[in-house]
Amino acid sequence: MMKSFVFAFKQAIPVFFPYLFIGIAFGVLMDEAGYSAGWSLLSGVFIYAGSMQIVMVSLLTAGASLGTIALMTFFVNARHIFYGIAFIDQFRKMGREYPYMIVTLTDEVYSILCSIDYSEDVDVRKTDFYITLILHLVWILSCLAGALFGQLIPYNLAGIEFSATAFFITVCMNQWQSLDSHLPAITGLISALVFYFILGPSQFILPALAVSVLVLIIMKSRSKSQKKQLGLEVEASLTEPVEEISYEC
Amino acid sequence: MNADWIYTLEALAVVALVTILTRSLPFLFFGGKKELPETVIYLGTVLPAAIMIILVVFCLRNTGLTTYPFGLPELLSVALVIVVHRIGKNVFLSIITGTGLYMVLIRTLFMVGS
Repeated sequence: MMKSFVFAFKQAIPVFFPYLFIGIAFGVLMDEAGYSAGWSLLSGVFIYAGSMQIVMVSLLTAGASLGTIALMTFFVNARHIFYGIAFIDQFRKMGREYPYMIVTLTDEVYSILCSIDYSEDVDVRKTDFYITLILHLVWILSCLAGALFGQLIPYNLAGIEFSATAFFITVCMNQWQSLDSHLPAITGLISALVFYFILGPSQFILPALAVSVLVLIIMKSRSKSQKKQLGLEVEASLTEPVEEISYEC
Repeated sequence: MNADWIYTLEALAVVALVTILTRSLPFLFFGGKKELPETVIYLGTVLPAAIMIILVVFCLRNTGLTTYPFGLPELLSVALVIVVHRIGKNVFLSIITGTGLYMVLIRTLFMVGS
């Protein structure tokens, strides 16, 4: 058990920076908006979604209607809908922890779990749970620390938010090395860039995700029908038909 | 402020519940099935790589490309992360050097008056 915990802690460390920074930023914003530390604590525990919590502060101070808040939350967090797909089997085997694993599946937890390379002497189930729990606690403490002591920090941490970007880049690179096919990553990149330039920074992510899903499904069925036509036993290759499809999106 | 605590509580609850909903949807759809549809299993293996790179673009989405410094601090720092990670293969080191460079760049070479 101790081994799994230490292993989980090591996997979680890279995310401490982005969590600390975003959590503290949220706590400071709440404090400045006149909300006591208890609200930051509650948000950290029950919402646990970085960018959404920061958006929420402005919704709260504007006194937005609950309907508006619900809609906003849905659009800001809709990308999460795509995350669970990879973990349905893995999570439902976890029993008691199943619901907890689902509601705490943030961008960062998702990327750790996607790219983790379990060493042989650890318990996969426990490791997943510990990573999730450790990061949730770090998040809660960051939100609280921002609300309580944020004003004391000589607040020039500007730029530290880049740590989240850096983290996701390392995950991309690790996956790039471990996966045989690079087509999913290339599909994601192309659709993200295309929609970024068409729709702009605030609206590109959902279409980019949706189109990636579609393109990947099309690739699969194409490579299948091609196999049938040729009567070949090609190993799960998604190769040929792809490029033309990617450009269409 | 005091009179507003009910509204604040309601707002927090709405944000929390809708967030939980977005995270639960795939499990609500497929979690009860004994055998997952083939397409879902397939997507589970290929989608993460696509999503991860979309997340990188998402993180960089507010980079100003049309005004000074034209995204240069981001570009240089991303490049450093890639190089350091290629050589060192250490996530922690890659994050620290990349973020360090970014924080230095926006304070020195590419400082934008604020």
